[in-house]
Amino acid sequence: MPKKENIKKVLVIGSGPIIIGQAAEFDYAGSQACRALKEEGLEVVLVNSNPATIMTDTHMADRVYIEPLTVEFLEEIISKERPDGLLATLGGQAGLNLAVKLSEQGILEKYEVELLGTSLEAIERAEDRELFKETMNKLGEPIPESTIVEDVASAVAFANEIGYPLIVRPAYTMGGTGGGIAESEDELIDIVIKGLKYSMIGQVLIERSVAGWKEIEYEVMRDGNDNCITVCNMENFDPVGVHTGDSIVVAPSQTLTDHEYQMLRSASIRIIRELGIEGGCNAQYALDPNSNQYYVIEVNPRVSRSSALASKATGYPIAKVSAKIAIGYSLDEITNAVTQKTKACFEPALDYCVVKFPRWPFDKFVYADKTLGTQMKATGEVMSIDRNFEGAILKAVRSLEIGVHRLHMDKMDGWNDDKLIKHLSRCNDERIFVVAEALRRGICTVDEIHNVTKIDKWFLRKIKHITDVENELKEGVITPKLMLKAKDAGLADRSIAEVAGKTPDEIRTLRKTMNILPCYKMVDTCAAEFEAATPYYYSTFHAQEDEVDTSSKRRKVMVLGSGPIRIGQGVEFDYCSVHSVWALRDMGIEAIIVNNNPETVSTDFDISDRLYFEPLTAEDVLNIIDKEKPEGVIVQFGGQTAINLAGALSKAGVKVFGTSVDDIDRAEDRERFDEVLTQAHIPRPKGISVTSQEEAISGAADIGYPVMVRPSYVLGGRAMEIVYNEDELRDYMGRAVQVTPDHPVLVDRYMQGTEVEVDAISDGIDVVIPGIMEHVERAGVHSGDSIAVYPPQTLSSKVIYTIIDYTKRLAVGLHVKGLMNIQYVVVNDEVYVIEVNPRSSRTVPFLSKVTDVQMVDVATQVALGASLKELGFHSGLVPPKPYVAVKAPVFSFNKMADVDISLGPEMKSTGEVMGIDYHYARALYKAITGAGMNIPLNGCILFTVANKDKEEMKQLAKAFSELGFKLVATSGSAKAIQEMGIDAEVVGKMHERSADIIQMIKKGSIHMVINTMTQNQGKNVANDGFKIRRATVEHAIPCLTSLDTAWEVLRVLSFMRERRLVYSLAIQDYVGGGDELA
Amino acid sequence: MKGKLILEDGSVFTGTLLNNIKATGEVVFNTGMTGYQEILTDPSYCRQIVTLTFPLIGNYGVAEKFMQSRRSFVNGFVIGELCDEGSNWQLQSELADFLTRQGVPCLYNVDTRAVTRRIRSVGCMKGIIVPEDATKTEIDELFAVPIKKEVVQEVTTPEVYKMENDGPDVVVMDFGIKQNILNSLHNLGCNLTVVPAHTSAEEVLAMNPDGIFLSNGPGDPKDVPEVIAEVKKLIGKKPMFGICLGHQLISLALGANTYKLKFGHRGSNQPVKNLLNGRVHISSQNHGYAVDEESLKNLPLEVTHINVNDGTVEGLRHKTLPLFCVQYHPEASPGPDDNMYLFDQFWTMLTGSKKGE
Repeated sequence: MPKKENIKKVLVIGSGPIIIGQAAEFDYAGSQACRALKEEGLEVVLVNSNPATIMTDTHMADRVYIEPLTVEFLEEIISKERPDGLLATLGGQAGLNLAVKLSEQGILEKYEVELLGTSLEAIERAEDRELFKETMNKLGEPIPESTIVEDVASAVAFANEIGYPLIVRPAYTMGGTGGGIAESEDELIDIVIKGLKYSMIGQVLIERSVAGWKEIEYEVMRDGNDNCITVCNMENFDPVGVHTGDSIVVAPSQTLTDHEYQMLRSASIRIIRELGIEGGCNAQYALDPNSNQYYVIEVNPRVSRSSALASKATGYPIAKVSAKIAIGYSLDEITNAVTQKTKACFEPALDYCVVKFPRWPFDKFVYADKTLGTQMKATGEVMSIDRNFEGAILKAVRSLEIGVHRLHMDKMDGWNDDKLIKHLSRCNDERIFVVAEALRRGICTVDEIHNVTKIDKWFLRKIKHITDVENELKEGVITPKLMLKAKDAGLADRSIAEVAGKTPDEIRTLRKTMNILPCYKMVDTCAAEFEAATPYYYSTFHAQEDEVDTSSKRRKVMVLGSGPIRIGQGVEFDYCSVHSVWALRDMGIEAIIVNNNPETVSTDFDISDRLYFEPLTAEDVLNIIDKEKPEGVIVQFGGQTAINLAGALSKAGVKVFGTSVDDIDRAEDRERFDEVLTQAHIPRPKGISVTSQEEAISGAADIGYPVMVRPSYVLGGRAMEIVYNEDELRDYMGRAVQVTPDHPVLVDRYMQGTEVEVDAISDGIDVVIPGIMEHVERAGVHSGDSIAVYPPQTLSSKVIYTIIDYTKRLAVGLHVKGLMNIQYVVVNDEVYVIEVNPRSSRTVPFLSKVTDVQMVDVATQVALGASLKELGFHSGLVPPKPYVAVKAPVFSFNKMADVDISLGPEMKSTGEVMGIDYHYARALYKAITGAGMNIPLNGCILFTVANKDKEEMKQLAKAFSELGFKLVATSGSAKAIQEMGIDAEVVGKMHERSADIIQMIKKGSIHMVINTMTQNQGKNVANDGFKIRRATVEHAIPCLTSLDTAWEVLRVLSFMRERRLVYSLAIQDYVGGGDELA
Repeated sequence: MKGKLILEDGSVFTGTLLNNIKATGEVVFNTGMTGYQEILTDPSYCRQIVTLTFPLIGNYGVAEKFMQSRRSFVNGFVIGELCDEGSNWQLQSELADFLTRQGVPCLYNVDTRAVTRRIRSVGCMKGIIVPEDATKTEIDELFAVPIKKEVVQEVTTPEVYKMENDGPDVVVMDFGIKQNILNSLHNLGCNLTVVPAHTSAEEVLAMNPDGIFLSNGPGDPKDVPEVIAEVKKLIGKKPMFGICLGHQLISLALGANTYKLKFGHRGSNQPVKNLLNGRVHISSQNHGYAVDEESLKNLPLEVTHINVNDGTVEGLRHKTLPLFCVQYHPEASPGPDDNMYLFDQFWTMLTGSKKGE
């Protein structure tokens, strides 16, 4: 079937900000789709609110709109661009939901836009539980007994009929938000109430729980000609019960017979046919481990997180092929991009084992409930490839960057056997480590662990194999035979060293003298049946032939990626890595990338000249360097992951391009950095680096409270807190950090002022500052959680001049070659440096887009030796643009129970959105709307603020009251407001009158909450403030925990009364200086 | 003990030898990710050394119900990791024990991707499995062992047997048939009489069947000219359906030619396009020879299916007679069951009505 000739211009909807359940995979899918459409000569219009993505680059689409993903904005864009078609199945659940709304509201019809790919009817049949059930019944595909309820009573009635356990899932949500497994009536009622709230259509599905069964997934493709293929199947290590996004997953399935494999494959094809999907689709099954019985659990009628994983696991570009199918092609007309000879109509054959491991944010959210269930909690994931499971699972563990390099956690060494056995039954992020420890100690058999965990014995035996080899290593001399056995079992040099009581260097040297080296193999979709053109590789010690040819005579440079998406290190760094690769390729240099994140663009096989899908550890990277012998390595774009490797690589004799390892250390080491500042005569908040609790206490007394405390060398403000007195400091030192001479803790004066952030590029002589960003929230709120505004709106020219001057002096003083990021705090027009990062930062994609300076491209050239002058840049600040861009954080609090939502020095956001406009207030409106905050136009605002904020709150309350809002407040706050002569109804705190505020929030009589914390009360989950804040999350009411944010919301509200809210322009128009008369 | 696979071109692949049994055979690779037992017991692999590209083998053990014939006819098995303890509810024995019982020489811990890459570039060739310390003389002797050509005789049923049912009578000529072909025909309702490969046309016709089925089987179709001669006599007498070797024999009987593919098609992921309706289905395949499309000119045969990867002939039908055949395996086991519709097509040919009507 040839291309649809009536389609000339296509609108692609992205997935918006990164949140739990919807991460970087949709940047990958969307970028691939845009490229596939452009390849066909189509004009592409892209809408996405997330500036950190590759897909919102102006060369990915002809017209790029970074606007809120709401019906109003989409209609505006559609009316302006008049696309012929809409591609919505590549933007995750967010994109799909938006397309459904556009269709339901008649907008697609009005503007004659054809929905491309899977039809809405098919989407509804897959997503609406009742229709889905009907469809499956018609097909004879078994689904667990279930019912759909819209109220609690019907849920209980159903439970009385079929019994417990039951699974509850809300209809139309992503990442399983609001679902859970109920073992009793009380639990059922609780989960159903939440689920009804989260469902877009107020329905929840309750079904028989098949927890403990095998969970199997299939990725299926279908074209308009009814040709169907399965790209890949996957088996979850964790049986049914854990959300697939939170499960360790293996591809292909390992414990299924051919009969079982084909049975579920055939079911998938019957389902995709019956639904009439055109493009990619994902089907999930529960398979009885003791019979051929199975149930269909879920079908996703779109490209999903699993599709991204399946694409990377097989090399088959699902998003690209889906896009081509959407514009009319059939599978046998699309070329297999990997072999470039065969067609996309085939099923990939894998000749390796793939493991996906989720990355959870529990290192940030230490108080969060770590139990894994039907609600996804991971922010990202890693993938690994090897010829055996042992190698793949250990590579995955090394890739996580959670401080472990094998299936062993130091803290469990201190657990006695009873404690360990008790923990076996807890299904949380540490379970696999508990399993391994139990097997290592020999206190449980494989059968016993299987009985408790239901994890298939095949997987358990593999883990036992690893721990058996470890135990063998403990015993004696490492012979070549034992070394090979250990490497075969996937153990890193570092792990062997740890177990055998040696240093990693000793093991590495010993191993090399034994000539035990990894081989590199290719991922080619066809198990070597055909010659492939893809430069996509993995390592293995389980082979005899290295097939990767590195004999090219061209210059070669390696770029280190940023690993899994986590809080503090998101998709921004993948954007930077990819741009660096592109810059190198433009320079005619062969770009080699190393990364382990299957969700990203950087791990797409046609981005770099060579892609190594490997852990980002010194050993794994050095092995690749030994083989490839690149000229050097670029570490400044892969976030802290890559920077952390600079020292080890440099020590091993590898050239690090850009800022030198010594200068990186001068920026990161507290005392050395103080020297830099002293030499450059730049002030910073008073502070010291301490290595013991006593030192911390005397130091803090000297500096004066409040102080900001944190461990050195961290990203995203991990374990960073503001403490107000000695007791709190003692508590912090005992609880949050392990202070040792090797791991000092920094104690700084906490200065409450305006925070300013700068990204600059330097060649060591000249310093180019593309833009300055001013934060809305005062210092103390992590920069990643602040609303950032470009260009600054309140800074005096003296301050701006000082910032430019300091930035230049710091860049020169630190000999920066490439990118740097500086955070300043401005107090009474005095500028202080808070932090310098000699690398790319979270704001680089945002700033590159709004200033039109290709920062990573320039920095890459500079790192390789070009001067800024040669590249046409002059030292200093690039003149600000006439428009305003606002970057707002997005949180995933609704996925994380027991996490306090109040903002502080610890970063909590998972993603970001951007609003851009010629009017600051509208840019702000777009950012806040894009971030999903439902600002009420009228109604009731609750004030409950700390004493220190009451004066400021009064002004704010007055302003809101003048806009016509009704005010309610807790007694102290109410009293303060009433002093202004303004009405404020007093509501009881919870201990005063039973759960009064919570009741009001539940009933919907409060529409926004302004709440600030009294010092450190937030650490106690039992207190009122915490409960109020959580209640706002559960009921999707905006809760502002910084008065600065509240002032800006007020600004938006005032603006909204005067001007039209919906106005949009493509980025190409803004940077090109288009319509300024909005 | 340590062992190795040596190919005719001199390349050597090391591994571990399961039982100290040496082997000679043509080395072929299969890319299927599941179905090792079905592959081992598919008589079409008779006298070949089969290497599997998927590296983790034996994970779910073996079970009687997955046998595709009375025993394994392979001459050797070359794999990556051999799972010593499988995990599946249907498991009756471990793969290693099965291989030992069947006397199959097995070399494991082999870099089978390297073997595959070699075969892909050089083509299928002779190879031997030997212990690591085999002498040059031993190696030369093994290479000198000719690859036996009388493979159909080895795998066909020694005597006639029946699989009774109520439907039309079908004579199945067994050239090395897979159990699931028999099951598929039987499930369809056919009353089957399975006859040895060298049954004469007269004997077949004397049974007065409603249709004739020609099975898959091992080797070069040109090695059984006597069978081709009988097939020639059967064409046009009764509705006929052939699979794999059966397809090649029908083609040769009608005057077409066959040739050897460089490294064959063996796997569960081969796309086949049905030229009659434009649809593509994924198929299970196992063949080293193919029908030459050029040779079909001026013959009463029409190409109905082609391979999407390399364009080779995958299916034919007679322009006037009720006869069709395919090169691939619609019965699956191992592999996808996308092509079961071909059995229904045979049913229609036999009964004049659609299956289920």
